[in-house]
Amino acid sequence: MVRYVREFHDAAAARGLAATIERITSRSVNLMEVCGTHTVAIFRHGIRDLLPPPLSMLSGPGCPVCVTTNGDIDKAIALAEQPGLTLATFGDMMKVPGSYQSLQQVKADGSDVRVVYSPRDAVCMARDNPQRPVVFFAVGFETTVPTIAASLLEAEALGLKNFYLISVHKLIPPAMLALLEAGDVRIDGFICPGHVSVVIGSQPYQFIPQQYGVPCVITGFEPLDVLQGIEMLLRQIAENRAEVEIQYRRGVRPEGNPLARELVSRVFETSDADWRGLGCIPASGLKLRPEYSRFDAEEAFAIKPPPTKEHKGCLCGDILRGVKTPPECPLFAGTCTPERPVGPCMVSSEGTCAGWYQYGSR
Amino acid sequence: MCLAIPARVTQIDQGLGLVEVGGVVREASFMLLPDAQVGDYVLLHAGYALQKVDEAEAEETIRLLAELAEAGRAEA
Ligand code: SF4
Repeated sequence: MVRYVREFHDAAAARGLAATIERITSRSVNLMEVCGTHTVAIFRHGIRDLLPPPLSMLSGPGCPVCVTTNGDIDKAIALAEQPGLTLATFGDMMKVPGSYQSLQQVKADGSDVRVVYSPRDAVCMARDNPQRPVVFFAVGFETTVPTIAASLLEAEALGLKNFYLISVHKLIPPAMLALLEAGDVRIDGFICPGHVSVVIGSQPYQFIPQQYGVPCVITGFEPLDVLQGIEMLLRQIAENRAEVEIQYRRGVRPEGNPLARELVSRVFETSDADWRGLGCIPASGLKLRPEYSRFDAEEAFAIKPPPTKEHKGCLCGDILRGVKTPPECPLFAGTCTPERPVGPCMVSSEGTCAGWYQYGSR
Repeated sequence: MCLAIPARVTQIDQGLGLVEVGGVVREASFMLLPDAQVGDYVLLHAGYALQKVDEAEAEETIRLLAELAEAGRAEA
């Protein structure tokens, strides 16, 4: 195992932390892990089984694939179907069903859809094929946005005229605000996403303890990180404190990565954004600034996606808000499986339904 | 999708370089982390180094976890 990973997998330390957690859990507590990567880590490492029964972990809306709306996927599909155009995106997006089909299906039908590991790869494709428009379907939270801003700036520096974006980026703190305002579920503490925070730091979460009295701990993704994050939240609760603490100190500085944020704000400005399950959240998205609108695929190509349609019976919306758990969905594990997913929460490896399906849980 | 992995920097030249993750060598851009140096551990995400791993903080957390492991063994 890689350095800085293996040290955070020690079973004895996990038992020690679990014992402390049990000792300081005095009442029923709901903790929400906002980020899908945490959801997977919690399942994969069997962390739920180590926690005492009064402690519930709720999964939040932090899977960029899951919160992308059918309408946005339909747009990407409509672009991919333009003759002579290449659509590139991250692998996780391929199987997500839009209203009628997925990118994987349109690729099978002959559209040029490519999976890339980095947005830079899409820029290189555009550089190597100057006659061919390359559109990057840009999905992701604050962790990923700087890589896309950097790629776009590289495309600009190379003078490329055939590189475009569809920006469906989303921002985490506004979604947390929306969850708190909706008040559908009681949240006693937030496990805040470690890698989003590598970029944004701890400041953007301050309103949560200050205005809502809810403790926050920015947490890493190895099993001991997650257990320690939970322990730190329970300590805040036991001591009647509410603040933003950083468990993941080896990766997160309080100020985040200011250069990454500067590049993001050079290219993008905030906009309202539609989230699956949460609806339209003010200032929770990013669109290209007017100076960069020539890179905007929606302006460059006249596309007319068909009217959107929701997946019948799918409860992804409630699941993304932590209101329901997957076994409460009548389609779970019957009609809807990772092989034949109905909704995005079953497609994405970080989706809550996929996690429950694969690892089961109490 | 927001996973970033610790990778060791083995080469940097004008903002581009190579990192090694568990024996696998990958290309990386250092446009978001221009002061990274060969030998540093960085968090790599979508082909970009996002941040240096703070080794002192990592050691501190590991030390704290070792204490907890002691307590865990004592209880087992
Ligand atoms: S089990 Fe399938 S249909 Fe039900 S909420 Fe999850 S993704 Fe949607």
